[in-house]
Amino acid sequence: MARVLSALWWLPRGLVLGLLAFAIFGPIANLVLWAVAEKWYFPHVLPLQYGFSYWAKVFAPRGDALTSLVTSIVVACFVVAVSILLAIPAGYALARLRLPFRSLILLAFLIPQAFPNLTVYVNIARIFYQTGLAGTIPGVVLVHVMHCLVYAVWIATAAFAAIDPELEEAARATGAPPLRAFVDITLPLAMPGLMASAIFVFLESLDEFTGSYFVGAPYVHLMPLQLYTAGAGGNYQIASITALLLLIPSVGFMLVVERALTADVLSRIGR
Amino acid sequence: MSSVSNPAPSARLVGFLLVLPALAVIVGLFLMPLAISVIGAFRTPDGWGLANFTKSADLYSIDVLYTVGVIGLSTLLIGLLSIAIGGYLTLGENPRAVALLRWLYRWPLFIPFIVVGQMMRTFLAKNGLMNNVLVAAGLMAPLDTVSFLDWRGIVISFVWKQTPLVALLVAGAMASLDRGTIEAARNLGAGRLRILVEIVVPQVMPTLLVGLTLSFVTMMSVLSVPLMVASQSPTVITADIAFRINAYADYGVANALGVISLVITGGVAWFYLRHTMRERL
Repeated sequence: MARVLSALWWLPRGLVLGLLAFAIFGPIANLVLWAVAEKWYFPHVLPLQYGFSYWAKVFAPRGDALTSLVTSIVVACFVVAVSILLAIPAGYALARLRLPFRSLILLAFLIPQAFPNLTVYVNIARIFYQTGLAGTIPGVVLVHVMHCLVYAVWIATAAFAAIDPELEEAARATGAPPLRAFVDITLPLAMPGLMASAIFVFLESLDEFTGSYFVGAPYVHLMPLQLYTAGAGGNYQIASITALLLLIPSVGFMLVVERALTADVLSRIGR
Repeated sequence: MSSVSNPAPSARLVGFLLVLPALAVIVGLFLMPLAISVIGAFRTPDGWGLANFTKSADLYSIDVLYTVGVIGLSTLLIGLLSIAIGGYLTLGENPRAVALLRWLYRWPLFIPFIVVGQMMRTFLAKNGLMNNVLVAAGLMAPLDTVSFLDWRGIVISFVWKQTPLVALLVAGAMASLDRGTIEAARNLGAGRLRILVEIVVPQVMPTLLVGLTLSFVTMMSVLSVPLMVASQSPTVITADIAFRINAYADYGVANALGVISLVITGGVAWFYLRHTMRERL
Protein backbone atom coordinates (compact mmCIF):
# COMPACT_ATOMS: atom_id res chain seq x y z
CA MET A 1 0.00 0.00 0.00
CA ALA A 2 2.72 2.45 1.02
CA ARG A 3 4.67 1.51 -2.08
CA VAL A 4 1.67 2.16 -4.33
CA LEU A 5 1.13 5.52 -2.64
CA SER A 6 4.74 6.57 -3.12
CA ALA A 7 4.57 5.46 -6.74
CA LEU A 8 1.42 7.54 -7.17
CA TRP A 9 3.36 10.60 -5.98
CA TRP A 10 5.30 10.42 -9.24
CA LEU A 11 2.16 11.58 -11.09
CA PRO A 12 2.13 15.19 -9.81
CA ARG A 13 5.92 15.17 -9.51
CA GLY A 14 6.37 13.97 -13.07
CA LEU A 15 3.78 16.47 -14.33
CA VAL A 16 5.52 19.44 -12.66
CA LEU A 17 9.01 18.31 -13.65
CA GLY A 18 7.79 17.62 -17.19
CA LEU A 19 6.27 21.08 -17.49
CA LEU A 20 9.46 22.62 -16.15
CA ALA A 21 11.52 20.60 -18.61
CA PHE A 22 9.27 21.79 -21.45
CA ALA A 23 9.56 25.41 -20.27
CA ILE A 24 13.36 25.15 -20.10
CA PHE A 25 14.16 22.99 -23.12
CA GLY A 26 11.26 24.13 -25.36
CA PRO A 27 12.87 27.47 -26.29
CA ILE A 28 16.28 25.80 -26.67
CA ALA A 29 14.74 23.10 -28.90
CA ASN A 30 13.05 25.76 -31.02
CA LEU A 31 16.42 27.45 -31.52
CA VAL A 32 18.13 24.20 -32.50
CA LEU A 33 15.31 23.35 -34.92
CA TRP A 34 15.61 26.76 -36.61
CA ALA A 35 19.36 26.23 -36.91
CA VAL A 36 18.88 23.07 -39.01
CA ALA A 37 15.61 23.98 -40.77
CA GLU A 38 15.78 24.50 -44.50
CA LYS A 39 12.03 25.08 -44.90
CA TRP A 40 9.59 25.78 -42.07
CA TYR A 41 6.33 27.66 -42.31
CA PHE A 42 2.87 27.78 -40.81
CA PRO A 43 0.98 25.55 -40.06
CA HIS A 44 3.67 22.85 -39.85
CA VAL A 45 4.62 21.80 -36.34
CA LEU A 46 8.13 20.77 -37.36
CA PRO A 47 10.40 21.90 -40.21
CA LEU A 48 9.55 20.46 -43.62
CA GLN A 49 13.13 19.96 -44.64
CA TYR A 50 16.34 19.75 -42.66
CA GLY A 51 19.83 20.61 -43.80
CA PHE A 52 22.98 22.55 -43.24
CA SER A 53 22.97 24.97 -46.17
CA TYR A 54 22.64 27.94 -43.79
CA TRP A 55 25.62 26.66 -41.80
CA ALA A 56 27.59 26.73 -45.03
CA LYS A 57 26.46 30.34 -45.48
CA VAL A 58 27.52 31.26 -41.92
CA PHE A 59 30.93 29.69 -42.35
CA ALA A 60 31.45 30.92 -45.90
CA PRO A 61 34.86 32.61 -46.12
CA ARG A 62 34.58 36.40 -45.84
CA GLY A 63 30.86 36.09 -44.99
CA ASP A 64 29.35 38.47 -42.41
CA ALA A 65 28.81 35.74 -39.87
CA LEU A 66 32.30 34.29 -39.97
CA THR A 67 33.81 37.78 -39.79
CA SER A 68 31.70 38.53 -36.73
CA LEU A 69 32.78 35.25 -35.11
CA VAL A 70 36.46 36.08 -35.65
CA THR A 71 36.04 39.69 -34.50
CA SER A 72 34.17 38.56 -31.38
CA ILE A 73 36.91 36.10 -30.44
CA VAL A 74 39.67 38.67 -31.08
CA VAL A 75 37.85 41.26 -28.94
CA ALA A 76 37.20 38.73 -26.17
CA CYS A 77 40.88 37.71 -26.10
CA PHE A 78 41.99 41.34 -25.79
CA VAL A 79 39.39 41.89 -23.05
CA VAL A 80 40.69 38.86 -21.14
CA ALA A 81 44.31 40.05 -21.47
CA VAL A 82 43.57 43.60 -20.31
CA SER A 83 41.20 42.53 -17.51
CA ILE A 84 43.60 39.95 -16.10
CA LEU A 85 46.55 42.35 -16.30
CA LEU A 86 44.50 44.86 -14.30
CA ALA A 87 43.06 42.23 -11.96
CA ILE A 88 46.33 40.52 -10.91
CA PRO A 89 47.85 43.54 -9.11
CA ALA A 90 44.46 44.71 -7.86
CA GLY A 91 43.46 41.26 -6.63
CA TYR A 92 46.82 40.72 -4.94
CA ALA A 93 46.63 44.08 -3.17
CA LEU A 94 43.03 43.51 -2.09
CA ALA A 95 43.80 40.01 -0.80
CA ARG A 96 47.18 40.54 0.83
CA LEU A 97 47.90 44.17 1.62
CA ARG A 98 46.05 46.13 4.25
CA LEU A 99 44.24 48.68 2.16
CA PRO A 100 42.18 51.50 3.63
CA PHE A 101 38.52 51.37 2.46
CA ARG A 102 39.12 47.82 1.17
CA SER A 103 35.46 46.80 1.07
CA LEU A 104 34.50 50.09 -0.59
CA ILE A 105 37.08 49.48 -3.33
CA LEU A 106 35.72 45.95 -3.85
CA LEU A 107 32.20 47.36 -4.09
CA ALA A 108 33.34 49.96 -6.64
CA PHE A 109 33.90 47.19 -9.19
CA LEU A 110 30.28 46.09 -8.75
CA ILE A 111 28.95 49.57 -9.62
CA PRO A 112 28.60 48.88 -13.38
CA GLN A 113 26.25 45.98 -12.56
CA ALA A 114 24.38 47.83 -9.81
CA PHE A 115 23.09 50.80 -11.82
CA PRO A 116 20.94 50.82 -14.94
CA ASN A 117 23.77 51.25 -17.43
CA LEU A 118 22.14 52.05 -20.76
CA THR A 119 22.63 55.83 -20.63
CA VAL A 120 26.20 55.25 -19.47
CA TYR A 121 26.93 53.35 -22.70
CA VAL A 122 25.17 56.07 -24.70
CA ASN A 123 27.38 58.73 -23.14
CA ILE A 124 30.57 56.66 -23.49
CA ALA A 125 29.73 56.32 -27.18
CA ARG A 126 29.36 60.10 -27.41
CA ILE A 127 32.73 60.68 -25.71
CA PHE A 128 34.31 58.01 -27.92
CA TYR A 129 32.99 59.73 -31.05
CA GLN A 130 34.87 62.86 -30.06
CA THR A 131 38.09 60.97 -29.33
CA GLY A 132 37.90 58.69 -32.38
CA LEU A 133 37.49 55.52 -30.31
CA ALA A 134 33.92 54.85 -31.42
CA GLY A 135 33.60 52.07 -33.95
CA THR A 136 37.12 50.79 -33.22
CA ILE A 137 38.26 47.55 -31.59
CA PRO A 138 40.15 49.34 -28.76
CA GLY A 139 36.97 51.30 -27.96
CA VAL A 140 34.86 48.14 -27.73
CA VAL A 141 37.59 46.37 -25.70
CA LEU A 142 37.64 49.25 -23.19
CA VAL A 143 33.85 49.14 -22.73
CA HIS A 144 33.89 45.36 -22.28
CA VAL A 145 36.76 45.59 -19.76
CA MET A 146 34.76 48.05 -17.67
CA HIS A 147 31.78 45.71 -17.72
CA CYS A 148 33.82 42.54 -16.97
CA LEU A 149 36.19 43.90 -14.34
CA VAL A 150 34.00 42.86 -11.42
CA TYR A 151 34.43 39.16 -12.34
CA ALA A 152 38.16 39.53 -12.97
CA VAL A 153 38.94 41.45 -9.78
CA TRP A 154 36.58 39.61 -7.42
CA ILE A 155 37.66 36.14 -8.51
CA ALA A 156 41.36 37.11 -8.59
CA THR A 157 41.05 38.54 -5.07
CA ALA A 158 39.42 35.32 -3.87
CA ALA A 159 42.09 33.23 -5.61
CA PHE A 160 44.96 35.13 -3.94
CA ALA A 161 43.19 35.09 -0.58
CA ALA A 162 42.92 31.29 -0.74
CA ILE A 163 46.72 30.88 -0.88
CA ASP A 164 48.68 30.52 2.34
CA PRO A 165 50.79 33.72 2.69
CA GLU A 166 53.50 31.78 4.53
CA LEU A 167 54.63 30.14 1.28
CA GLU A 168 55.60 33.51 -0.15
CA GLU A 169 57.14 34.56 3.18
CA ALA A 170 59.29 31.45 3.16
CA ALA A 171 60.58 32.27 -0.33
CA ARG A 172 61.40 35.80 0.73
CA ALA A 173 63.09 34.57 3.90
CA THR A 174 65.53 32.69 1.67
CA GLY A 175 66.40 36.00 0.02
CA ALA A 176 64.14 36.06 -3.06
CA PRO A 177 63.10 39.58 -4.04
CA PRO A 178 59.34 40.32 -3.61
CA LEU A 179 58.53 40.26 -7.33
CA ARG A 180 60.46 37.00 -7.76
CA ALA A 181 58.65 35.38 -4.84
CA PHE A 182 55.33 36.49 -6.31
CA VAL A 183 56.06 35.21 -9.82
CA ASP A 184 57.60 31.91 -8.67
CA ILE A 185 55.33 30.98 -5.78
CA THR A 186 52.05 32.89 -5.52
CA LEU A 187 51.17 33.37 -9.19
CA PRO A 188 51.34 29.65 -10.13
CA LEU A 189 49.25 28.75 -7.09
CA ALA A 190 46.62 31.34 -8.05
CA MET A 191 46.54 30.16 -11.67
CA PRO A 192 43.41 27.91 -11.47
CA GLY A 193 41.39 30.77 -9.98
CA LEU A 194 42.79 33.23 -12.52
CA MET A 195 41.87 30.82 -15.33
CA ALA A 196 38.31 30.66 -14.00
CA SER A 197 38.09 34.45 -13.94
CA ALA A 198 39.51 34.55 -17.49
CA ILE A 199 36.75 32.17 -18.67
CA PHE A 200 34.10 34.32 -16.98
CA VAL A 201 35.49 37.45 -18.64
CA PHE A 202 35.74 35.75 -22.04
CA LEU A 203 32.07 34.67 -21.90
CA GLU A 204 30.86 38.06 -20.67
CA SER A 205 32.70 39.79 -23.49
CA LEU A 206 31.42 37.30 -26.08
CA ASP A 207 27.81 37.86 -24.97
CA GLU A 208 27.87 41.61 -24.34
CA PHE A 209 25.28 43.39 -26.49
CA THR A 210 24.40 46.88 -25.25
CA GLY A 211 27.91 48.35 -25.15
CA SER A 212 28.81 46.81 -28.52
CA TYR A 213 25.55 48.13 -29.99
CA PHE A 214 26.27 51.74 -29.07
CA VAL A 215 30.07 51.87 -29.22
CA GLY A 216 30.99 49.27 -31.85
CA ALA A 217 28.19 49.20 -34.42
CA PRO A 218 28.29 49.27 -37.35
CA TYR A 219 32.07 49.15 -37.83
CA VAL A 220 32.99 46.51 -35.24
CA HIS A 221 30.65 43.69 -36.18
CA LEU A 222 30.40 41.32 -33.22
CA MET A 223 28.38 38.11 -32.96
CA PRO A 224 25.54 39.49 -30.79
CA LEU A 225 25.11 42.31 -33.33
CA GLN A 226 25.13 39.77 -36.17
CA LEU A 227 22.45 37.79 -34.32
CA TYR A 228 20.40 40.94 -33.78
CA THR A 229 20.57 42.19 -37.38
CA ALA A 230 19.92 38.72 -38.84
CA GLY A 231 16.91 38.27 -36.56
CA ALA A 232 15.58 41.77 -37.25
CA GLY A 233 15.84 41.01 -40.98
CA GLY A 234 13.69 37.90 -40.51
CA ASN A 235 16.57 35.53 -41.24
CA TYR A 236 15.85 33.15 -38.38
CA GLN A 237 18.24 30.44 -39.60
CA ILE A 238 21.30 32.70 -39.52
CA ALA A 239 20.17 34.25 -36.23
CA SER A 240 19.62 30.84 -34.64
CA ILE A 241 22.97 29.46 -35.82
CA THR A 242 24.73 32.52 -34.41
CA ALA A 243 22.79 32.14 -31.16
CA LEU A 244 23.74 28.47 -31.00
CA LEU A 245 27.43 29.34 -31.47
CA LEU A 246 27.12 31.77 -28.52
CA LEU A 247 25.25 29.15 -26.52
CA ILE A 248 27.77 26.30 -26.74
CA PRO A 249 30.56 27.91 -24.65
CA SER A 250 28.02 29.26 -22.14
CA VAL A 251 26.33 25.93 -21.47
CA GLY A 252 29.68 24.15 -21.56
CA PHE A 253 30.94 26.47 -18.86
CA MET A 254 27.82 25.98 -16.75
CA LEU A 255 28.48 22.26 -16.71
CA VAL A 256 32.09 22.64 -15.51
CA VAL A 257 31.81 25.83 -13.39
CA GLU A 258 31.98 23.86 -10.16
CA ARG A 259 35.23 22.23 -11.22
CA ALA A 260 36.71 25.53 -12.45
CA LEU A 261 35.87 27.37 -9.24
CA THR A 262 36.82 25.31 -6.19
CA ALA A 263 34.75 25.77 -3.04
CA ASP A 264 37.85 27.22 -1.39
CA VAL A 265 37.91 30.14 -3.87
CA LEU A 266 34.13 30.31 -4.29
CA SER A 267 33.53 30.96 -0.60
CA ARG A 268 35.89 33.95 -0.67
CA ILE A 269 34.36 35.79 -3.63
CA GLY A 270 33.22 39.29 -2.72
CA ARG A 271 34.92 39.25 0.66
CA MET B 1 45.64 39.33 7.60
CA SER B 2 49.18 38.85 6.42
CA SER B 3 52.63 39.74 7.55
CA VAL B 4 54.09 39.81 4.05
CA SER B 5 53.27 43.50 3.71
CA ASN B 6 55.94 46.10 4.36
CA PRO B 7 55.64 48.58 7.24
CA ALA B 8 52.32 50.37 7.12
CA PRO B 9 52.51 53.68 5.14
CA SER B 10 54.54 52.48 2.16
CA ALA B 11 52.59 49.21 2.00
CA ARG B 12 49.41 51.22 1.81
CA LEU B 13 50.85 53.31 -0.98
CA VAL B 14 52.00 50.22 -2.91
CA GLY B 15 48.63 48.56 -2.41
CA PHE B 16 46.80 51.64 -3.57
CA LEU B 17 49.03 51.95 -6.65
CA LEU B 18 48.33 48.31 -7.51
CA VAL B 19 44.56 48.83 -7.35
CA LEU B 20 44.64 52.21 -9.08
CA PRO B 21 44.68 51.14 -12.77
CA ALA B 22 41.65 48.88 -12.35
CA LEU B 23 39.84 51.51 -10.31
CA ALA B 24 40.63 54.16 -12.94
CA VAL B 25 38.75 52.10 -15.55
CA ILE B 26 35.60 52.11 -13.39
CA VAL B 27 35.87 55.82 -12.60
CA GLY B 28 36.71 56.90 -16.15
CA LEU B 29 34.38 54.61 -18.06
CA PHE B 30 31.44 54.30 -15.69
CA LEU B 31 31.24 56.96 -12.99
CA MET B 32 32.24 59.82 -15.29
CA PRO B 33 29.77 58.97 -18.09
CA LEU B 34 27.13 58.39 -15.40
CA ALA B 35 27.75 61.88 -14.02
CA ILE B 36 27.68 63.31 -17.54
CA SER B 37 24.35 61.61 -18.22
CA VAL B 38 22.79 62.95 -15.02
CA ILE B 39 24.07 66.46 -15.72
CA GLY B 40 23.01 66.16 -19.37
CA ALA B 41 19.45 65.37 -18.31
CA PHE B 42 19.12 68.91 -16.93
CA ARG B 43 20.80 70.63 -19.87
CA THR B 44 18.47 72.04 -22.52
CA PRO B 45 19.15 74.22 -25.58
CA ASP B 46 18.05 77.25 -23.49
CA GLY B 47 20.32 76.50 -20.53
CA TRP B 48 19.54 74.50 -17.40
CA GLY B 49 16.03 73.32 -16.79
CA LEU B 50 13.54 70.50 -16.56
CA ALA B 51 12.42 70.62 -20.20
CA ASN B 52 13.84 67.13 -20.89
CA PHE B 53 11.81 65.72 -18.02
CA THR B 54 8.54 67.37 -19.05
CA LYS B 55 9.07 66.09 -22.58
CA SER B 56 9.84 62.59 -21.23
CA ALA B 57 6.68 62.73 -19.11
CA ASP B 58 4.59 63.79 -22.13
CA LEU B 59 5.96 61.11 -24.42
CA TYR B 60 6.84 58.23 -22.14
CA SER B 61 4.90 58.32 -18.85
CA ILE B 62 2.92 55.25 -19.98
CA ASP B 63 6.17 53.47 -20.85
CA VAL B 64 7.60 54.26 -17.40
CA LEU B 65 4.55 52.70 -15.72
CA TYR B 66 4.73 49.78 -18.18
CA THR B 67 8.41 49.25 -17.27
CA VAL B 68 7.68 49.24 -13.55
CA GLY B 69 4.76 46.84 -14.12
CA VAL B 70 6.61 44.40 -16.39
CA ILE B 71 9.81 44.30 -14.34
CA GLY B 72 7.95 44.32 -11.03
CA LEU B 73 5.82 41.35 -12.13
CA SER B 74 8.94 39.54 -13.39
CA THR B 75 10.69 40.14 -10.06
CA LEU B 76 7.68 38.80 -8.15
CA LEU B 77 7.49 35.66 -10.30
CA ILE B 78 11.26 35.11 -10.04
CA GLY B 79 10.95 35.35 -6.25
CA LEU B 80 8.07 32.85 -6.06
CA LEU B 81 9.70 30.36 -8.43
CA SER B 82 13.04 30.61 -6.61
CA ILE B 83 11.36 29.87 -3.29
CA ALA B 84 9.55 26.91 -4.86
CA ILE B 85 12.73 25.50 -6.43
CA GLY B 86 14.92 26.16 -3.39
CA GLY B 87 12.21 24.82 -1.11
CA TYR B 88 11.86 21.56 -3.02
CA LEU B 89 15.62 21.12 -3.17
CA THR B 90 15.80 21.57 0.62
CA LEU B 91 12.64 19.80 1.79
CA GLY B 92 11.98 17.36 -1.04
CA GLU B 93 11.75 13.78 0.18
CA ASN B 94 12.42 11.94 -3.04
CA PRO B 95 16.16 12.01 -3.77
CA ARG B 96 15.67 11.18 -7.44
CA ALA B 97 13.19 14.02 -8.03
CA VAL B 98 15.48 16.42 -6.12
CA ALA B 99 18.48 15.41 -8.24
CA LEU B 100 16.43 15.81 -11.41
CA LEU B 101 15.28 19.29 -10.41
CA ARG B 102 18.82 20.29 -9.42
CA TRP B 103 20.06 19.24 -12.86
CA LEU B 104 17.13 20.86 -14.67
CA TYR B 105 16.69 24.33 -13.25
CA ARG B 106 20.19 25.70 -13.89
CA TRP B 107 20.28 25.49 -17.69
CA PRO B 108 19.40 29.12 -18.47
CA LEU B 109 22.02 30.43 -15.99
CA PHE B 110 24.76 31.34 -18.47
CA ILE B 111 22.64 31.75 -21.59
CA PRO B 112 23.06 35.36 -22.75
CA PHE B 113 20.05 37.69 -22.91
CA ILE B 114 20.49 38.16 -26.65
CA VAL B 115 20.16 34.40 -27.20
CA VAL B 116 17.15 34.29 -24.86
CA GLY B 117 15.58 37.03 -26.99
CA GLN B 118 16.06 35.04 -30.20
CA MET B 119 14.77 31.81 -28.61
CA MET B 120 11.67 33.42 -27.20
CA ARG B 121 10.92 35.31 -30.38
CA THR B 122 10.53 31.99 -32.19
CA PHE B 123 9.16 29.92 -29.28
CA LEU B 124 6.37 32.30 -28.20
CA ALA B 125 5.25 33.42 -31.66
CA LYS B 126 1.74 32.67 -32.92
CA ASN B 127 3.10 29.72 -34.90
CA GLY B 128 6.03 29.05 -32.58
CA LEU B 129 6.93 25.72 -31.04
CA MET B 130 4.94 26.38 -27.85
CA ASN B 131 1.62 26.82 -29.65
CA ASN B 132 2.48 24.06 -32.11
CA VAL B 133 3.01 21.58 -29.29
CA LEU B 134 -0.18 22.67 -27.50
CA VAL B 135 -2.13 22.23 -30.74
CA ALA B 136 -0.50 18.88 -31.55
CA ALA B 137 -1.29 17.68 -28.02
CA GLY B 138 -4.93 18.57 -28.62
CA LEU B 139 -4.97 21.15 -25.83
CA MET B 140 -5.75 24.02 -28.16
CA ALA B 141 -7.45 24.58 -31.51
CA PRO B 142 -5.16 25.93 -34.26
CA LEU B 143 -7.32 29.05 -34.60
CA ASP B 144 -7.19 29.89 -30.89
CA THR B 145 -3.43 30.36 -30.80
CA VAL B 146 -2.21 33.81 -29.86
CA SER B 147 1.23 35.36 -30.03
CA PHE B 148 2.86 35.99 -26.65
CA LEU B 149 5.22 38.56 -28.13
CA ASP B 150 4.08 41.50 -26.00
CA TRP B 151 4.48 42.26 -22.28
CA ARG B 152 4.00 38.56 -21.58
CA GLY B 153 6.94 37.71 -23.81
CA ILE B 154 9.20 40.13 -21.93
CA VAL B 155 8.06 38.75 -18.55
CA ILE B 156 8.53 35.12 -19.68
CA SER B 157 12.02 35.86 -21.08
CA PHE B 158 13.12 37.68 -17.93
CA VAL B 159 11.75 35.01 -15.59
CA TRP B 160 13.27 32.23 -17.71
CA LYS B 161 16.71 33.84 -17.66
CA GLN B 162 16.85 35.28 -14.12
CA THR B 163 15.18 32.58 -11.98
CA PRO B 164 18.15 30.14 -11.99
CA LEU B 165 20.53 32.73 -10.52
CA VAL B 166 18.17 33.75 -7.69
CA ALA B 167 17.18 30.11 -7.10
CA LEU B 168 20.86 29.17 -6.91
CA LEU B 169 21.46 31.84 -4.24
CA VAL B 170 18.29 30.95 -2.33
CA ALA B 171 18.93 27.20 -2.49
CA GLY B 172 22.48 27.81 -1.20
CA ALA B 173 21.16 29.84 1.72
CA MET B 174 18.50 27.21 2.48
CA ALA B 175 21.08 24.42 2.40
CA SER B 176 23.16 26.16 5.06
CA LEU B 177 20.21 26.57 7.46
CA ASP B 178 20.17 24.69 10.74
CA ARG B 179 18.33 21.43 10.00
CA GLY B 180 17.38 21.11 13.69
CA THR B 181 14.44 23.53 13.63
CA ILE B 182 13.15 22.00 10.40
CA GLU B 183 13.31 18.48 11.83
CA ALA B 184 11.70 19.66 15.09
CA ALA B 185 8.80 21.24 13.20
CA ARG B 186 8.44 18.10 11.09
CA ASN B 187 8.33 15.94 14.22
CA LEU B 188 5.57 18.16 15.59
CA GLY B 189 3.57 17.30 12.47
CA ALA B 190 3.99 20.51 10.48
CA GLY B 191 3.45 20.08 6.71
CA ARG B 192 6.25 20.84 4.29
CA LEU B 193 4.50 23.90 2.86
CA ARG B 194 4.06 25.33 6.34
CA ILE B 195 7.70 24.66 7.22
CA LEU B 196 8.74 26.41 4.01
CA VAL B 197 6.58 29.50 4.55
CA GLU B 198 6.98 29.88 8.31
CA ILE B 199 10.49 28.64 9.02
CA VAL B 200 12.66 28.47 5.90
CA VAL B 201 11.64 31.54 3.87
CA PRO B 202 11.92 34.08 6.74
CA GLN B 203 15.48 32.90 7.39
CA VAL B 204 16.63 33.18 3.77
CA MET B 205 14.83 36.52 3.20
CA PRO B 206 18.08 38.58 3.17
CA THR B 207 19.58 36.38 0.41
CA LEU B 208 16.31 36.36 -1.54
CA LEU B 209 16.10 40.17 -1.41
CA VAL B 210 19.73 40.62 -2.52
CA GLY B 211 19.10 38.28 -5.47
CA LEU B 212 15.86 40.01 -6.43
CA THR B 213 17.38 43.51 -6.15
CA LEU B 214 20.30 42.49 -8.40
CA SER B 215 17.85 40.90 -10.85
CA PHE B 216 15.70 44.04 -10.88
CA VAL B 217 18.69 46.23 -11.77
CA THR B 218 19.83 43.77 -14.45
CA MET B 219 16.37 43.76 -16.04
CA MET B 220 16.26 47.57 -15.94
CA SER B 221 19.45 47.57 -18.08
CA VAL B 222 18.60 44.90 -20.66
CA LEU B 223 18.06 46.25 -24.16
CA SER B 224 18.20 43.14 -26.34
CA VAL B 225 15.15 41.27 -24.97
CA PRO B 226 12.63 44.13 -25.34
CA LEU B 227 14.03 44.99 -28.78
CA MET B 228 13.70 41.41 -29.97
CA VAL B 229 10.58 40.18 -28.17
CA ALA B 230 8.28 43.20 -28.07
CA SER B 231 9.41 46.55 -29.39
CA GLN B 232 5.97 47.91 -30.32
CA SER B 233 4.48 50.64 -28.14
CA PRO B 234 4.19 50.63 -25.17
CA THR B 235 7.62 49.30 -24.40
CA VAL B 236 10.22 49.48 -21.64
CA ILE B 237 12.45 52.49 -20.93
CA THR B 238 15.62 50.90 -22.34
CA ALA B 239 14.02 50.52 -25.79
CA ASP B 240 12.83 54.15 -25.60
CA ILE B 241 16.35 55.37 -24.79
CA ALA B 242 17.79 53.46 -27.76
CA PHE B 243 15.04 54.87 -30.02
CA ARG B 244 15.66 58.45 -28.80
CA ILE B 245 19.36 58.13 -29.66
CA ASN B 246 19.07 56.21 -32.94
CA ALA B 247 16.15 58.14 -34.43
CA TYR B 248 16.69 61.69 -33.12
CA ALA B 249 20.14 61.80 -31.48
CA ASP B 250 18.14 63.34 -28.63
CA TYR B 251 20.58 62.99 -25.75
CA GLY B 252 18.58 65.29 -23.46
CA VAL B 253 15.48 63.09 -23.30
CA ALA B 254 17.58 59.89 -23.35
CA ASN B 255 19.52 61.12 -20.32
CA ALA B 256 16.31 62.19 -18.58
CA LEU B 257 14.89 58.68 -19.13
CA GLY B 258 18.18 57.32 -17.73
CA VAL B 259 17.74 59.44 -14.61
CA ILE B 260 14.15 58.18 -14.28
CA SER B 261 15.34 54.56 -14.38
CA LEU B 262 18.06 55.45 -11.85
CA VAL B 263 15.36 56.88 -9.55
CA ILE B 264 13.25 53.71 -9.93
CA THR B 265 16.20 51.44 -9.06
CA GLY B 266 17.15 53.85 -6.28
CA GLY B 267 13.64 53.39 -4.89
CA VAL B 268 14.01 49.62 -4.96
CA ALA B 269 17.45 49.83 -3.34
CA TRP B 270 16.03 52.11 -0.65
CA PHE B 271 13.20 49.67 0.02
CA TYR B 272 15.74 46.86 0.28
CA LEU B 273 18.05 48.80 2.62
CA ARG B 274 15.14 49.88 4.85
CA HIS B 275 14.00 46.27 5.10
CA THR B 276 17.45 44.91 5.97
CA MET B 277 18.05 47.72 8.47
CA ARG B 278 14.79 46.92 10.22
CA GLU B 279 15.78 43.26 10.31
CA ARG B 280 19.02 44.13 12.04
CA LEU B 281 17.55 46.54 14.60
